[in-house]
Formats: sequence, C-alpha cells, structure tokens
Amino acid sequence: MVQFTLPKNSKIRVGKTWPRPEGAKNVRKFMIYRWDPDTGENPRVDSYFLDMDKCGPMILDALIKIKNEIDPTLTFRRSCREGICGSCAMNIDGINTLACIYGLDEVKGDVKIYPLPHMPVVKDLVPDLTHFYAQHASIMPFLQTATNQPEKEWRQSIEDRKKLDGLYECVMCASCSTSCPSYWWNSDRYLGPAALLHAYRWIVDSRDEATAERLDALEDPFKLYRCHTIMNCTKTCPKGLNPAKAIAEIKKLMVSRHV
Amino acid sequence: MRYLTDRKRAVGKGASGSGTEHFWWMTMSSVALAFLVPVFIFTFGSAIGGTQEEVVAHFARPFPAILTGLVTLVGMRHFAKGAQVMLEDYTAGSLRKGLVIFVYSLSYMITAIVLYALGKMVFIDTAAQMLNQ
Repeated sequence: MVQFTLPKNSKIRVGKTWPRPEGAKNVRKFMIYRWDPDTGENPRVDSYFLDMDKCGPMILDALIKIKNEIDPTLTFRRSCREGICGSCAMNIDGINTLACIYGLDEVKGDVKIYPLPHMPVVKDLVPDLTHFYAQHASIMPFLQTATNQPEKEWRQSIEDRKKLDGLYECVMCASCSTSCPSYWWNSDRYLGPAALLHAYRWIVDSRDEATAERLDALEDPFKLYRCHTIMNCTKTCPKGLNPAKAIAEIKKLMVSRHV
Repeated sequence: MRYLTDRKRAVGKGASGSGTEHFWWMTMSSVALAFLVPVFIFTFGSAIGGTQEEVVAHFARPFPAILTGLVTLVGMRHFAKGAQVMLEDYTAGSLRKGLVIFVYSLSYMITAIVLYALGKMVFIDTAAQMLNQ
C-alpha cells in the first residue's frame, strides 16, 4: 500500500564530509547514501571529493576509487563492469541505472547516489532483492515442453527468433521494477516490469508449450493489471529495453483469449 | 512475523483468473466516452440558460435524452471501476473493501437519480406541458 512519508528510522540525516584531495584542480563532489544495520542509526548522506583528472569515466570508477582510496567501508555490488551482470544497479542523480555504464559526464553538478528506491537496504548501496528474485522464479523462467518430439534440437524460424529480441537481453538489474510506483505500492502482489518482461519472453517463445498455463498464472488484477502504463520502466532501463511494451503485449494476448 | 519461504511469499494465493474483463471494459468505455462526452457537453451547453420549459423540451428530444442516458450509464460505470483500481492502489484491508462498496453505491445512486430525472423530463413533464397546452 502507498506510504506518503518515510518511516522514522529511514529519515536521512547529514553525514560526514570527507576532505578534498590536496592539490587537485578538477574536483567533483559525490553525495552517497550510507546506512549500516549494525549501528542502529538512521541513514546518512556522506560527501566525498574526487580528483576527476585521476578518475575513470564511469560512476562505478568513482565508487571504486572512493572505496579504494578514501573510505573502505563504502558498500556496493559490482562485478562485470560492462552492463551485463546487473549488479551495480543504483539510483544515480535520480535515475535508476547501472553505475558501470553511466558516465560521469551524464550528471550535471554534484553526483548524488542512492540505493534502488523503495527496497529494503542491506547496507549502503546494496538493496535486498530476495522478493524480486522470488517473483522472477515464480514466472517459471525456463523452456517448458509437454511433448518429447523432436528428440534433437527444437528448431525456431528466423521470424520467431526475432520476437525474442528486446526481451532476452534483460539482466535483471531491477532498475525498472524499482522505478515503478505500482511496484512500490503493491510489490507484495504485483510482479513488476522485470518479471513480466521475462514472462512475456517465455510466452512468445515458439518452442515453449506452456503458453496457456503461463497466461493463466498472470491473469490477476494485481499480478499483471497493476501496471498502469506509467512507463517509468521503459524510461529508466539501462539496457534500452521496453518492459511496458512487453506488458501491453501480454494484456493483448489476455484480451485475445476472451474476445 | 510469518515464516514463509521467499517463493511462497512471491506466489501468494496465486492468480485469481480475473482482471482481463475489467481491463477490456475500461479500454472500450474510454473510447466510447472520448466520443460521447464532447457531444454531450456540446448539446448540454446549448440548453444552459433556457427556461424550465425550454430545458424540458430540449431533453425530451430523443437524441439529447439517449445521449444523456448513455453518458451517465457508461460514465458512472467507468468511474466506479476506475475508482476501484485507484482505491486498490492506495488503501488496504477492510478500508479498501468499504471504500470500493461506497464508490459502487455512489455510482449506482447517481445513475438512478439521473435516469429518474431524465425519465421524468421525457415522459411526465412533457405530457404535463402538452396537457396544459
């Protein structure tokens, strides 16, 4: 359900301001959300200053530099550094995106970095994605077949394979789902754009034989129809995908079963 | 706190098997209202400022009467279903159920009042005017 104010223990206070690098001419300020569950204190925003002449071009480069050279307690997820693993999703300058493929030159002024919105925080920039992953698992994200023929590979036409483009590229970074107000208010029942995009990826796969069961599992006022076509998901997707279109396609398939 | 597995929490009670009819009806009624409402405003506007006899005579004609009835029926149904979605977004539990019942009741009441007024104008008032003449 909607919450109009932050809980008392989530209100953000002003944090520590770290010293500026000595002798640096090209300095940039980074304001980063910090929260440590072990202290029991409210979250805070710490300010860091980096010499941009000695920093890589991406937001993740700056975060790694801060962790390596200024504050080793700063916690964030990262792995591939090329937008494939989806680990470093966070809210940068008000936009949910991947820190590894978001350039520092894309942010004007101070760089404000927060964890993905409306998710429980594990520590600093690390959100708890347990429920998000469980929702993804619930849509059965794998090929399901009822027949055992053909015995060898299941062939697919070029046209049918093209239908998966724009769907299979999703890296499950959760940027879309955590930008969706419907997901914020009703994530306990609404599957969210990421899970629904994956659901459509398997529904539209010509080799999958569980289309009817998949549609049955989605036909619900909350699981699917909580999408109000707000389009935040499409706007924010760091991979340039269109979850809103995938959801609309599922709705069209649902209607075609009735009308 | 309930000790549920992540998967059980995500699946919940499963899919209700409804929602498509609601979605399709809202889509269709939106298209219908996009045509009905501008025409209704245009015809209703032409009756504003007239005497009671003129207004009754206006609504006694078939086109304004049928149009008003249609706008009320489709509009109020659209309002109730739309408000239900909004209430489902912003409220929970018994409050949600109570407000949804209230909104549906309100829409039925407004529909009934408008249809009664329309029927009275079309049949009773027009007949009374004809008798007076």
